[in-house]
Amino acid sequence: MGSVVKQVRMALSGDEAVAYAVKQSDVDVVAAYPITPQTIIVERFSEYVANGEVPTEFVCTESEHSALTACLAASVTGARAFTATASAGLALMHEMLFVTSGCRAPVVMAIANRALSAPLNIHGDHSDSMAQRDSGWIQLYAENAQEVYDSIIQAFRIAEDTNVLLPVMVGLDGFTLSHTLENVDTLPDDVVKQFIGSRKIPKVLTHEGKMAPFKLDPDNPMTMGPIALPNYYFEFKRQQEEAMKNALSVIKKVNNEYAKISGRSYGNGLIEQYCLEDAEVAAVCLGSTAGTMKTIVDELRAEGVKAGLLRLRTFRPLPVEDLRSALCNVKAVAVMDKCMSFGGNGGPVFHEIRHVLYDADVQPYVVNYIYGLGGRDTSPRELRSIYSDLQRIVAKKRVETPIQYLGLRE
Amino acid sequence: MTKQEWKFTTKDIAEKPDLFLSGHRACAGCAPTTVLRLIMKATRGPTIVTQATGCMEVISSIYPYTSWAMPWLHTAFETAAANASGIEAALKALKRKGQLKHEHVDVIAIAGDGGTYDIGLQALSGAVERGHDFLFVLYDNEAYMNTGIQRSGGTPLGAATTTSPAGTVIPGKLEHKKPIAEIMVAHEMPYVATASPYYWRDLIAKARKGLEVEGPAFLHVFAPCPRGWRTEPAKTIEYSRLAVETCVFPLWEAVDGKYSLSIPSMVFARAPEKKKPVTEYLKGQGRFRHLFMPQNKALLETIQRLTDEKWLKLLKKCGEATVSEPASSSS
Repeated sequence: MGSVVKQVRMALSGDEAVAYAVKQSDVDVVAAYPITPQTIIVERFSEYVANGEVPTEFVCTESEHSALTACLAASVTGARAFTATASAGLALMHEMLFVTSGCRAPVVMAIANRALSAPLNIHGDHSDSMAQRDSGWIQLYAENAQEVYDSIIQAFRIAEDTNVLLPVMVGLDGFTLSHTLENVDTLPDDVVKQFIGSRKIPKVLTHEGKMAPFKLDPDNPMTMGPIALPNYYFEFKRQQEEAMKNALSVIKKVNNEYAKISGRSYGNGLIEQYCLEDAEVAAVCLGSTAGTMKTIVDELRAEGVKAGLLRLRTFRPLPVEDLRSALCNVKAVAVMDKCMSFGGNGGPVFHEIRHVLYDADVQPYVVNYIYGLGGRDTSPRELRSIYSDLQRIVAKKRVETPIQYLGLRE
Repeated sequence: MTKQEWKFTTKDIAEKPDLFLSGHRACAGCAPTTVLRLIMKATRGPTIVTQATGCMEVISSIYPYTSWAMPWLHTAFETAAANASGIEAALKALKRKGQLKHEHVDVIAIAGDGGTYDIGLQALSGAVERGHDFLFVLYDNEAYMNTGIQRSGGTPLGAATTTSPAGTVIPGKLEHKKPIAEIMVAHEMPYVATASPYYWRDLIAKARKGLEVEGPAFLHVFAPCPRGWRTEPAKTIEYSRLAVETCVFPLWEAVDGKYSLSIPSMVFARAPEKKKPVTEYLKGQGRFRHLFMPQNKALLETIQRLTDEKWLKLLKKCGEATVSEPASSSS
């Protein structure tokens, strides 16, 4: 990585890291609505606009529903668009998430992950974005403020890749990342601008029989967001799935290219393996929990326990092959969910990991830990207990309680 | 806004190529399609159209066909104004960066009564408050026709719909039609007008004004629906005329909040004796048939009284002499 550029270290919260990355990403339209713990993102960005530091058109909408709609409409007009939300705001966007991915609009959105009502709770968990699992959006989850900054920049490249053309959401844990000040190494403006490049808009065949850029253009009339009856709808949806598959290699490629200029990479972009090669017991988690888990793995390794960690950075598209080859030699796997799937026999990440391992030659024991809902703090001691549970399972060759609630008053 | 000179002759309008094309799948006698065709005659240059979910979206965009000879976007039911916000913001940003080929691009958002009075009102109010430069066209066929004639905030008092049926106890819709155009005037926006396709020249002129004005404009167009109103398809334009002649749907405009009566309605201000009774408009419409039954006589009278009261209020707002105003009024 000889060409790593000189960077400026800034003290930024996760939210501020998002705003700063967006500032550098040559974004044309930002449309947003405030909601805790995302608010700082729109506040900082408003300051950039008010001080003339960005040429971006900022649309302060009357709801999240309109915020995403405006971003979608701006995107299909040929602009680069960004928004940010959390919790109830993301839930309100639900309808438009599907329309955005269905219109193949490469909008980028930051999610300051927060619990869903009721009861009302402003603190961090993954209920909001997990509920949007099937909305056709790429989902990345960041571990720290540095990765938040890096992922937002990467997200534009991934979304706008002409083999992908899908919206991307980047999750940062509410308060744990959104409001916590960290050292963040930032790239120079011109380096970011060059890395992302200008928006590439593929040409498609219009109803007039011309090849024209896929956008609203008075010179090349195109009907976008039409009604498709049973004779065509299915093909539209199949194409979205193909784009998701393409995203797997694009996310890897972008992670590699970004590493060359920044010196930073996040596993292969899809998953990050920590002490996993020879691990007998391993946990799978998303987001900021991985930081604490890595420390625990270090402690256990020092004690001679073959512990490992897999951090799932890209939840959608699910990196099935990467997950299977990384976990198939582990004896017992604990999957951690900061979300519940009521009546679903475990959390959403648990479902995915068990599903992936069904096709492994030898299936590891797979258990589920639901933790941290509504911002409930999870102590290192509790997290460490997961590994001793796994060791017990391996020793007994038996799972007694497949789904456990960590740090819950029963 | 200064008064616009309308230079288009009938010949010019006729010769201007249609931008909303035939071949769509609307019903016989559909007024909204006529309205769209007339609105598109008013365009003055590069234009992007966006539409809410509804009849006009469904009949005009069945993939892989289209009736739109212009760039067109549909996203959802409640989003016409939010779409326009995003398109307009993108055009501004691209122009600032020198990436827009055109000096100016007009934006037209189109929605039915459901997408305007009800589910789309929040997005519309927000977009107007933010001052985006676009023309919002409401084609008002007074119910959710696309889903099968359910009542909306735009359905008039007494009308029977599938969710406000005329039953043995309840005689159709019990609530008034929301004064949507006046709600928009209350937003202190630059241009609001009402129009009816019978008065097609007035309609085109108002659409053009709405495009020419800087900032948001709102055009409320009366648009009979033979299927939903249970009327003869051949009488669509006749009802568009009767609604104005009975003052059920007066034509007016408000430029920067200043109301003025449009010429087709001015006739009835200057010569009140020419104003027709509401029964002239209501009779023949299946949705109002029950009003002519003896037990609903009082409701029919109420509709006439309320129509008269609203007309007098409008005349006051327009600064017209209210000759039929009761003499006892002192203030």
